[in-house]
Order: sequence, then C-alpha cells, then structure tokens
Amino acid sequence: MNIIILGNGVSGITAARFIRKKSDCNITVVSDESDQFFSRTALMYVFMGHMRLRDLNPYESWFWDKNNIHLLRDRAESVDFFSKKIHLASGQILTYDKLVIATGSAYRLPEARGLELDGVQGMYHLADLENMERHAAYMNTLSPNDPARRAVVVGGGLIGIEMAEMWHTRGIPVTFLIREKSYWSGILPPDESAMVGRHLQKHHIDLRLDTTLDAILPDAQNQRCTAVKTNTGEVIPCSFAGLSIGVAPNVDFLRGSALDMAQGVLVNEYLQTNQPDVYAIGDCAELRQPAPGRRAVEALWYTGRAMGEALADTLCGDPRVYQQGIWFNSAKFFDIEYQVYGFAPAGQEKDTATLFWQHPEEDKSIRLFYAADGGRILGFVLMGVRYRHEVCERWIQQGAHVETVLQNLGMANFDSEFSTQHEAKLVALYNKNTGASLQLQKRRGLGTVLHFLRQTSKT
Amino acid sequence: MKHASLSIANPAPLMTSLRHKIALAAAVLGGLLLVVVWASGQAPAAWWLLFLSLSLFGLGLGLYVKETYFGQPAGVRHHLLWFKSITARGVWAWVLGVLFTGFYVCLYWFPQYLQGLIRLFDPLSRVFRNTAADQWFVYGSLYTLALLYMGVRFIAKYRYNRYQVIRTISVMFFQFGFAWMLPGLLLRLQQPELYFTYFWPLNYFYGTPNAHDYFTGTGNLGTFFFFFGLVMFFVASPILTYFYGKRWYCSWVCGCGGLAETAGDPFRHLSDKSLGAWKLERWMIHSVLVFVTVTTALLWINAFNGRFLFGGASETLYKTYAFLVGSVFSGVVGVGFYPLLGSRVWCRFGCPMAAWLGIWQKKKSKFRITVNGGQCISCGNCSSFCEMGIDVRQYAQRGQDVVRASCVGCGLCAAVCPRGVLRLENAAEDVGQRAQSVRNGGE
Repeated sequence: MNIIILGNGVSGITAARFIRKKSDCNITVVSDESDQFFSRTALMYVFMGHMRLRDLNPYESWFWDKNNIHLLRDRAESVDFFSKKIHLASGQILTYDKLVIATGSAYRLPEARGLELDGVQGMYHLADLENMERHAAYMNTLSPNDPARRAVVVGGGLIGIEMAEMWHTRGIPVTFLIREKSYWSGILPPDESAMVGRHLQKHHIDLRLDTTLDAILPDAQNQRCTAVKTNTGEVIPCSFAGLSIGVAPNVDFLRGSALDMAQGVLVNEYLQTNQPDVYAIGDCAELRQPAPGRRAVEALWYTGRAMGEALADTLCGDPRVYQQGIWFNSAKFFDIEYQVYGFAPAGQEKDTATLFWQHPEEDKSIRLFYAADGGRILGFVLMGVRYRHEVCERWIQQGAHVETVLQNLGMANFDSEFSTQHEAKLVALYNKNTGASLQLQKRRGLGTVLHFLRQTSKT
Repeated sequence: MKHASLSIANPAPLMTSLRHKIALAAAVLGGLLLVVVWASGQAPAAWWLLFLSLSLFGLGLGLYVKETYFGQPAGVRHHLLWFKSITARGVWAWVLGVLFTGFYVCLYWFPQYLQGLIRLFDPLSRVFRNTAADQWFVYGSLYTLALLYMGVRFIAKYRYNRYQVIRTISVMFFQFGFAWMLPGLLLRLQQPELYFTYFWPLNYFYGTPNAHDYFTGTGNLGTFFFFFGLVMFFVASPILTYFYGKRWYCSWVCGCGGLAETAGDPFRHLSDKSLGAWKLERWMIHSVLVFVTVTTALLWINAFNGRFLFGGASETLYKTYAFLVGSVFSGVVGVGFYPLLGSRVWCRFGCPMAAWLGIWQKKKSKFRITVNGGQCISCGNCSSFCEMGIDVRQYAQRGQDVVRASCVGCGLCAAVCPRGVLRLENAAEDVGQRAQSVRNGGE
C-alpha cells in the first residue's frame, strides 16, 4: 500500500511515525518547505540566537532511512481524486492508495495598501525566518539613530508577540499595534491581559492599543517598506512590518477540485474527507462536527499530533474516532508562561464564577473557573505558574467541586523545587469571599499526584 | 491607555553601554596585573598586588553582570548565544580554549613557568596556610575564585528559578568552605590537607594503599578521613542517589561539577546531543570506572603480597591512569576545552564517580524528570541547554519520564522550557515502574 502524506509538519510526521509502528506499507512525505521535519514553534529561538536551525530537528537525519519513511522535497500542485494521482511542481506524478493532506496553515493578510513591499510579512514558514534575517541585516546597515531602524508588528496574537520579542532581542525597537483595548483580550481575561501589557512595557515595547493598520508606505523606489500608517493617521517609520492577524488553512491548491471544503478541508470524526481514501489532519483540517465549545479548525501543535496519531490507527485498519478531549493550551509572552486547562472565557459569563489571585509584585496569577450554581470546577488559567496537566484534566473530567479542588490545589502545582507555592492564598481568598473555612491539605509532588490519579481512575 | 508605552527607547542589547565598558576595563586591568607579575617571574614587592588584581577583576565582572542581567526583567536570557564568537565556537572560543589548555599543561608538567604567578600568591598562602605557595595552591585559589565569580553571574542570570539559585549557593559553599578553606586551615594546623568533597574514584589517590598508609600515619583525623571516603563511596552514595539522584553530588557538591555549572555555563549548549555521542559516552565512562577499579585493586593485591604478584606493573598502570585520566582528561580536555566541547565533557565521558552514581541513578533511584502531560511543543530548548548532551526533547514529546544515568539534575531543561513541561522530582511511590500509563490518562 502506498500512503502519501502532503506536509512534513507535526501532523504529517506524527501520522507517518505511527503508521510505521503498525505497518510496513510505503510512506512518502512531500514537502517543499524543508528537507525534514522541524519544530515550527521554535523558529523564534533561532532568530534570537538560542538555537541553530539544525537544533530544531526533533529527529536526526538517519531516523528517516532507518524507519523507511521516504521524504520528498517537492510541492503538490493539484490532486486528481478520481485516478488517485498527485501532480507535483517538478512534473513528477505520484499515485496513492491513501492520501493524507497535512499542509498546515498560511498567515492571513489584512486589508491594506503596501502588502507587496519588501519587509512586509507574517511568520510561519522557514522562508519567513530567512526573510527576517535579511531584514535584520538591512537594519544593521542603518545608523543607530535612523527612525527606520524599527519593526512594527500588526495584530496582537501569539505570533505577533513572538515577532516583537525576536526583534527586541536583536536590539531593534518595536512598535506593537493592537486592535483591541488590551493584549489578546479575546482569549485572556482582563487581569491577565493587562498583566501582559505591563510586562511588554517593562521590556520597552512601544505598545499601541486600539490601533489598526491603515497602509504600509513605500520608499522612493517603491520597493521597501519605510513606514506604517495607522488608523489614527500617525506615520511610524520602520523597515519591517510584521503581520500577525491569524492563520488560515493552507489549502488553496485544492480549491475548485472535487474535495469538499469550507475554510479548510472538511473531515468527519475519522478525519475522512468526502473523497475515498483521502484524509486531512492538522491545521488544514476542518471538523464537520466539532465538540461543544471547540472550534472546527484548531491550529495547534498538540491537536495536529493527536490527529496524526488517531489517523494512523484508522489507516492501519483499526478505525479510531478523533477526540478533541478537554481543552488545554500554553504560550509564553516574553517572560510570562501561560497555561490554560478547560473552560476559560475571556469575559464575564452567566452561571460562571471565578476565583482570581495575583502576585502583588511579580507577573504571576492563578485563576479558577467554576459553576456559580453547584460549584463544579470548569477551568484554570495560569500566568507565571505551572500546573500539572493530568491533575487539572482529571478534576475537570470528574466535575470535582471547587472546594475539593481548592483543598487539594497544591497538588496541581508543577513549578520547580524550592519555588514558592501560592495555593494557600487562593484558599484564603475563597474563604474570605464565601465565609468558608477550607484548609489547603496537599502540596505538589509526583507521589501525591500518582496516588490521586490511581484513586480517581478507579471510580 | 492609548499610547501605553513607558519608553520607546530600547536597551539595545547589541550595544555596549558605558558602564559595560568601565566594567570590562576593570576586569581586564585586574587580569593584566596577574599576567604582568607572572611574566616578571619573581615575587612582587607589594603584598597587596594580588588583592588589587583579584578585586579589580571581581568588581569588573560584578558590574558587568549587574548591567547585563539586572537592567531587564528576570527570565531566560540566552540571547544571541549562537551569534557570538565566544559562545559559538568562533575565534574567541578557540583563543580561550588554547589559553585554558596551555595553562593546564604548564600547571601539570611545567610549573617552573608559573613561578611569577606562584610567588604572587605567597603572601596569601603564608598568612592563611603558614607556608609558601605552590602551583596547587594557586590553582585551587583561582579555581575557587572562578567558581565564586561565575557563580554570582549564574545566580543573576537564572534568578527567576529558585532551584538554580539554591543549588548554586550550595556548590559555591562546598568549593569555598570544603575544597579551599578547610584544606588550608588543616595545613596550618599541621594536619594532612584533606578535601572532604572528593572521594575515590574521582580522586584516584584516596583509595590506594599509599593513601591509606599516609592518612592513617598522620593520626586520628587522617584515619577518619580515609574511612569517611570509603563510607561515602560504598554507603552514602547509593543511599543519597536513591533518594535524590546523582545531583546530590554532581550539581550540588562536586567542585568539577561546580566549575562546569558556573564558569562553564556560557558553553553548556555546546554538548553533543547525537545518539552516537550517547553510545560513546557509555563506553568511555564505564571503561574509566573499570580502569580505576582494576588499577586500585592491583595496588592493594601488591601491597598485601609484597609486590610478589605484579611487580612494578601495578605502579605503572597507576601512573598511566594518573597521566591519561587524572591530568589529560579531567584537566586539559575537561576544562581546557570548555569553549569548544561544552562544560561537562569530563563529567559525561570520563568521571568514574559519575559512572558509579549513574549506575545507581539508572537502576535504583526515585529521581526522574517528569513531563507535563501533552504540553510539549518539541521546541528543543531542553535538549539545547542540557550540558550532558541528553536529548530531553525525545522524552518530553513522548510524555515519557527522563531516567538517564548521565543526568546531573542541574534543572536547566525545566528552567528554560517555555511551556512549563519539565520538572525534577523524587517520587515516594513508583520506584521501578514508571507509572507512565497512569500519567497518560490510564491508557
């Protein structure tokens, strides 16, 4: 059997690896981006000088030969679903028995003049990083006082703050334009969002809230970007304009074909498309029936990995439904680590109560969401504090009562040894708010956690 | 809050501020003083020259560290590491490597060329130990200073992580108190010069019949010390490693480890993470352990049967070990090559004590690094900054505990992880079985 996987990102490669564990069929992975799988999430660390490009490869080069996974550096231009043929940019034609579409995302473009200018880009592909290096080299040719020695980042998502940090570590001043009233306010609750804003200022990022992009202005040759004009009419000189208004499925080459598509490639719970033997996973897949409260397209590292794993079972004759599971995610905003588990709305929700503790000096906070009626725990939002995934997930799964959670909250802590545990402060806060007299009973540690996980898995 | 910025000026990390320049000037002048006196080859007239030189160097470094790390919020600061010549195996790394290596060659085999430097330390040695300085006192003092100065830098850099701060205070304390102060004081009190932080087989001499005769011959303290070393090796090491992993020694107490953690920190990312290096490591480190054990055993057999069995062969073997492993490997390569091979080359490939502790850590220990569910994004920061060359990401992305003989428990993988994925733990439960299925949701 011939399995062709389009895309060598985490989804495609996870699928390939897990298929290989169960089957000796032919596996070919096609990508025109890189020779082998790399960690897209770590591109920023290459620009910041923490790692080299080769350090981004999770597997050494011998791994692919040893596991007989054939890597092909090429680009799929079109697919003939009837004759099961893929036309590649090189002219080569591949025939598949099973096709996995895992082509990931492409960054979205805003509506503005000047998007075609040099120095205007998003950050997703390896090529985007290479271009940023080119612009960094250009900025080094400018005098330190040249106002054009500046990067403007448009849009306040996760990639935006990454780009801001990247330029900042290279000693290039950054102006950060955010449409909303505070950073990532659609996702983060107001206190957490404000904390990130303050943190950005500590790093001397020129943060402009309530501001959008109007146009990008060219130089005299109409080649390079020289300034960004905002909706307020202000002109900010810069040699780089980073676009971060989100990503969309990278599936344009399939538009107009027999494949059923919306935003991405539509798939059922088995990750199957409307075409026989064709599947889609990762950022480019759009679930026909997402789980309640979840999106149909989830462009995340772990969802891609989970889809790849589930699909490998299906392709090896053991059909498995892809389960979205309980929501979790993490990110890092300069120095603030962020983790979220379960239901964590940005705004006030009816029927939902919240308990929030914030460190008086440091950028750290812990937030719990629970049902106002009945006290069932719903979710956690952590800033600068690490919580253990398995513990939070188990509590949410079992609908544990917030008071049970609070009394055992220490157990969820995943911070390094000797670091201060703040859980007692949450308990005190809850007692003060409600008149309860709860006591924190458990502290962090694997022993306690294993005991808890074993005990609760029996019930 | 429309224009929310406090400042649009950027601290511009690529530029060197005036304070940076003053700090560098002070440190370089301090170093230059040492070199000038060294080159003169004779005792300087003024006793305070050493004090002045080391203070200038320390002050300069301190100011530099303050300017670099305290001018910004605390956090992971490995910026531009692979762009700087000195930390990316460039020109300065090569120069520094050759300088370090050359110094070790002089120290071990040509101490006559260190005369000027040794005489500079005479006043300190006389006041402190009541005897003239020799090359080993100079070496010990410079080693301790390097560890203390760079320890301060390490604490400033990683101050956001309390495990790092406390662990570093510990290695600084053991080096200064037990490996510099105490041996000197003992010498002053006309006792044998004992290093309570080193045991056989890391110090290969401490387990030999000659060491036994020497220490027991010096009285009660010497006798105690000899048996203390044996107890540490055979009893305390396995027990402590069972409870805490080999880190109780390698990254909390040991002087070699201490120098690697502090002075070697700028080079920790240079370790080789390939599978090939891991294979080589297992062969080499266990061979060294066998080598030192066989050598020591032969010396004892010879001592008991009056050199009847092996004649001079066991002494020849001992001298070979002392030269190849004790001097060339641990000193010249181990420290001299910091800027080229990374900071823990000796600990990883050569140290027999690390091999011994590693066997216990792998086979019988509660210590492991656990992974936080599905949060890993395979970024590879953990692997990059593992000084022992462990490919931590390989475990983290599979949600699997890291249980490796070589892990010294420095905790840097957990400290640099951007997603809060790794944690060093000693679990009371679950020894032997790793409970992976339980953690992964009972699959």
